[in-house]
Amino acid sequence: MTQITIAGQSVDLTDEGYLTDASQWNKEVAVELAKTEGFELGDDHFKVLDFLRDAHAKGETLTIRKVGKSGIVDIKGLYKLFPGGPLKFSSKFAGIPKPTSCV
Amino acid sequence: MDTNEKKPLQKVCIICAKGSLEDVYASLVMANGAVMEGIECKVFFTFFGLDAITKKQMKKLHTGTVGNPAMRMPGGLPFPTLLGAIPGVEAGVSAMMRSQMEALDIPKVDEFLEMITAGGGEIYACKLAMDMFKLTKADLHEEVLDVLTIGQFYELADGDRTQIIFT
Repeated sequence: MTQITIAGQSVDLTDEGYLTDASQWNKEVAVELAKTEGFELGDDHFKVLDFLRDAHAKGETLTIRKVGKSGIVDIKGLYKLFPGGPLKFSSKFAGIPKPTSCV
Repeated sequence: MDTNEKKPLQKVCIICAKGSLEDVYASLVMANGAVMEGIECKVFFTFFGLDAITKKQMKKLHTGTVGNPAMRMPGGLPFPTLLGAIPGVEAGVSAMMRSQMEALDIPKVDEFLEMITAGGGEIYACKLAMDMFKLTKADLHEEVLDVLTIGQFYELADGDRTQIIFT
């Protein structure tokens, strides 16, 4: 586990760079985390992140299928927003744990 | 030189040669898992695996109830092979498997194919098996990109961080 300071706030990260405490998340943290992976976040990204954070807060297991059915973005669009890891990267930037589902 | 350098998979080529529900889903889960991880993925359906991409068959894949020693009753008791031979039992068991998968948010075959291609995965059919089963491209689901010979499929499997998986 490592601790870094983003936008004046100290944030705990796992070795893979996921937040250990979703409550330490804010938009600046998301933007900075995304930068480390080479992403520039826009409004469409944040809509997905908000959905993921809501679903995570409700204790749901997240899948790309669930995001695809959310009405926010279809699966193709999700891959466009987060190429190379639609659920992995979006979860990381949303400050929730690494996804554990196989679909 | 650091010999422990990690070299993640770049491409997987998955061959699905069987048409039972569990074999097809093994291929689909691996294929979708690959594209979700950013790994390039090509899936080649051949022989009975063609059922998974044939419009007429893909919605009614079955799991075999005869000769499967791992088959159990709900509750864990052994499932006698003779029981599995009774007409309707295989369909019932298969329907039960499908409903349990649905509960785990595992999509149906056609939707799964769409998810794989949405992520950039590619679906192919085997030419030889198509000829054997007298199928044409029109019999196949729209997500099937092309009908290939095995030689053409091997050409797609180039690259030193590529794996071929046979199910």
